[in-house]
Amino acid sequence: MSLHIGVRPLALAYVACVFFDLAAAGIPQPERRSGYGLMSPETRAIQDDDTGNPGMLWVLDGEALWNRRAGAADRACSDCHGDARASMKGVAARYPAFDAARGRPVNLEQRINACRTGRQKAPPLPYESGDLLALTAYVGRQSRGLPIGIAIDERTRPFLEAGREIFFRRQGQLNLACAQCHDDNWGAKLAGSPITQAHPTGYPLYRLEWQSLGSLERRLRGCLTGIRAETYAYGAPELVDLELYLMWRARGMKMETPAVRP
Amino acid sequence: MARAVITMPAQAKRGEIIEIKTLAAHAMETGFRRTQTGELIPRDIIRRFTCAYNGVEVFRVDLHPAVAANPLIAFTTVATESGTLAFQWTGDNGYSVAETASIRVE
Repeated sequence: MSLHIGVRPLALAYVACVFFDLAAAGIPQPERRSGYGLMSPETRAIQDDDTGNPGMLWVLDGEALWNRRAGAADRACSDCHGDARASMKGVAARYPAFDAARGRPVNLEQRINACRTGRQKAPPLPYESGDLLALTAYVGRQSRGLPIGIAIDERTRPFLEAGREIFFRRQGQLNLACAQCHDDNWGAKLAGSPITQAHPTGYPLYRLEWQSLGSLERRLRGCLTGIRAETYAYGAPELVDLELYLMWRARGMKMETPAVRP
Repeated sequence: MARAVITMPAQAKRGEIIEIKTLAAHAMETGFRRTQTGELIPRDIIRRFTCAYNGVEVFRVDLHPAVAANPLIAFTTVATESGTLAFQWTGDNGYSVAETASIRVE
């Protein structure tokens, strides 16, 4: 028995080392930076000033929705979770997170909709709808400034590996992998804008190109269209796995929700 | 999502120049875009924004299709007396939002 107790931590440490080595093939830790650092001072100024950041319009809507009763159960988010400022602090920085009921990681949008259908007995909110964006923005806002901390354990590791595989897999008619732009060529220009390192620190975020707030999945689908690959549907396991990998890849970086990007 | 946010100081000294920031939630659909099937998406924009300081108009903007969604309008005025600033956005399809903010001038 004592032998087992002695060996286990060592074995785990070894596994962790191999795992981190694999990840180190990408951008070295000290060189990681948020897309914030690559955008123009003017765009940064929009994000820095909450009174001018249009993403705050969704956050304010989300606050109203948080306290509004919905569904057959006639309950509001606040009836269970109380004040989001306390209860949701740091939550968005941990998503996607493992959901025992589904047996796989779910993103924040899916988690909110699980609450809606399960607890509030209300219909799920459609992806990219104003209400779902508002709620995710409001929950995400409570984690601003906190480090991203994805929990990787035995249950989530296969999904992380699946996401990692998608990140490095060439796909689409342009035969490009995510890594070819975001690991190998970040900082170079693509259509006039710097290529970012793909650290999802500020989602849902206000994109000037969209003229609206949008989710990480919208961004990922946009990238897939850009490399002329077939997009995955919103909420598809592949997209959530990729989100999980990207958030893990950005671990320790500070949340900026709702961020502004060009 | 008819919402507008006003940011301005709650109090000021007489004669002080104060900055007022307004952010209105609006898609500002230009009227020049088409759907995937080629149909024109009708124009839906904010046409006019006004600010009245104790009933006197101190600032007015006419907006056009080139203005971005969720327009941020920031301007300054001189704090002359305590009272109310009334903000009014009007636009296509009966869009109308009114907000007020009070200021104490010493």
